[in-house]
Amino acid sequence: MKPILEVKAISKKFRIQHLTGSYLSLRERISQGLTFEKKVTEEFWALDNITFDVNPGESLAIIGRNGAGKSTLLKILSKITPPTQGRIICRGRVASLLEVGTGFHPELTGRENIFFNGSLLGMKRKEIDVKFDEIVEFSGTRKFLDMPLKHYSSGMQLRLAFSVAAFLEPEILIIDEVLAVGDAEFQKKCLGKMEEVSSSGRTILFVSHNLAAVENLCTRAILLDQGKIIASGLVEEVVRKYQSSHALTNATFWERKTKPKESIYFKSVEVKLSSVQPVHILKVVCKLISQAQHKSAFLAFDVSNSMGITIFQAIPEVLPFIEYSPDGKEVISEIQLPPLIPDQYKVSAWIGSHNTETICWDKEIVQFEITNSPTPGRNFPHSHHNGFLVPPSRIVHG
Amino acid sequence: MSNEIEYSIEPSGNKVLNWSEIWRFKELFYFFTWRDIKVKYKQTVLGFLWAILQPLLMMAIFTLFFGRTLNVPSQNIPYPLFVYSGLLVWNIFSSGLINASNSMINNASIIKKIYFPRIVIPVSSVFGALFDFLMAFLLFIILMIFYDQPVSWKVLWCWPLSVVIGFMATLGPGSLLAALNVKYRDFRYIVPFLIQALLFLTPVIYPVDMLPHNALKYVIALSPVYAAIELFRMPLTGLFPETTLFFISLASGLVFLVAGLVYFRKTEDFFADLA
Repeated sequence: MKPILEVKAISKKFRIQHLTGSYLSLRERISQGLTFEKKVTEEFWALDNITFDVNPGESLAIIGRNGAGKSTLLKILSKITPPTQGRIICRGRVASLLEVGTGFHPELTGRENIFFNGSLLGMKRKEIDVKFDEIVEFSGTRKFLDMPLKHYSSGMQLRLAFSVAAFLEPEILIIDEVLAVGDAEFQKKCLGKMEEVSSSGRTILFVSHNLAAVENLCTRAILLDQGKIIASGLVEEVVRKYQSSHALTNATFWERKTKPKESIYFKSVEVKLSSVQPVHILKVVCKLISQAQHKSAFLAFDVSNSMGITIFQAIPEVLPFIEYSPDGKEVISEIQLPPLIPDQYKVSAWIGSHNTETICWDKEIVQFEITNSPTPGRNFPHSHHNGFLVPPSRIVHG
Repeated sequence: MSNEIEYSIEPSGNKVLNWSEIWRFKELFYFFTWRDIKVKYKQTVLGFLWAILQPLLMMAIFTLFFGRTLNVPSQNIPYPLFVYSGLLVWNIFSSGLINASNSMINNASIIKKIYFPRIVIPVSSVFGALFDFLMAFLLFIILMIFYDQPVSWKVLWCWPLSVVIGFMATLGPGSLLAALNVKYRDFRYIVPFLIQALLFLTPVIYPVDMLPHNALKYVIALSPVYAAIELFRMPLTGLFPETTLFFISLASGLVFLVAGLVYFRKTEDFFADLA
């Protein structure tokens, strides 16, 4: 069987122009031409010699850090931007969901948006007519169908957008991080729909930071780093490799290098893990700078695992307590950790004045590692598939 | 799965317009035009009436100042009819050109996320101007009845042909400016000025034979809308446009059309990177 997608030595070069803005003005163009001023251009290969095949019915994950070239690769596969070198052979209709709700217009009604968005995604008008009721049913927005989209809640807009996309029937479906939005219930619904799509024999290319979703949905994966493929193969192996390469940035201490514009911010954050399983205490030492005279705020710490899933949020003091301290003040918090399974965990630090106002948020700046199982005497490994926590349990009868 | 579809994605080279692909996406022309028209008149009380009111008010102003006060001649037909017929065709050009030149930037978010032949966007935005034309045309019929204006049977081919020429004359500069605007935002400021200047350099509010110098006539005939306007008025005035001038204008329109489409095609691959 011929591969449905053959990617042959694809490279993409971007020119970064210093001294000029995001677009040129004609005057700049002319004055540069007149003065023979040498433009400072830096070449940057976003993708460098990428080659892989995808077989029909296969679901392939593309993983990598931010800036590894994932999105550029998807854009080339979706024909949005051409490659600088190389060639791709497609043997099927491609639909790409680089974003849900592309082309949604706030002034149009839900009904009108379904037609416009569906048509943009490559559906024929008749096709939309036929599927219209199903789309509306799936989105659960029938009541608001003839209301302008601008009066929808953001959640409703999202549901409508995903519902249109869910009824696409291409041979190859390209999906970029669309699951990063929406509430947990909606994400679950999307994942369910995507599993349905992949089991129906269609080919899926999936980019996500949610490694759990990646493992669930895909059979094969490629790992990109700085525009190159550094690993490819079965999804479990590649995800493992990604996690271990991720762990190299093992830092328990973080310090801010530049001065931010926020009035209250972290100068430094350090974590120390103490005591033994099953009760771990995480000590967080942070230096706070507060230039605001009357701003009251409090701290929160988010802990996420190596799959990028936030396990919990700890708020050491729920009353606003940060005082004016322009030269810095040391705040030490202690978090009693729940029984976490062995993994690498990252800590994000947050300052805000109440639940909805964020003053400063530093994401995944320090990390710690749990090496032992929370269950004493357990010697077989833990897996994310069975959850992230192991509460103490015992048999009380029998 | 179907193995019938096979295509390749390659570095952009010198490609010509891919007609079969454009045909596959034909419904998008309809949807983009439909969306633009819908959005334009959403939340307006008068709605489509605006398409009629604008040329009507312009006609009133021009009639007052040029027709009554300055006694500008109007080729044997009442001056209001003369100026309204000119504005009808002129508005295809002016609003089509403004729509088209901003179209790529206004749809940047779509261009960055979804592939389709980009030419759909400027073409549809000119179609939007044709819709306004049709609305204003209805009033033109009423005006003709009101002024009891005799027409020759030539309208049957003159008017449709004039609209086609007007459309082509707009699409050429329109797609050129749309592509240029993506890269050089200066054109956002140039276009409104250009249109204002061209309104006076095109015989919309005065007949071309009013001009003192022959040389000036040739300059004016370079405007690609000139041919469309003359052709549109012909069945009313019974005057044939000067053949040389007429063909200069047609040729100018054709040059712009080819240049516009070629430049658009050459640059469209990189719109997503620049927009």
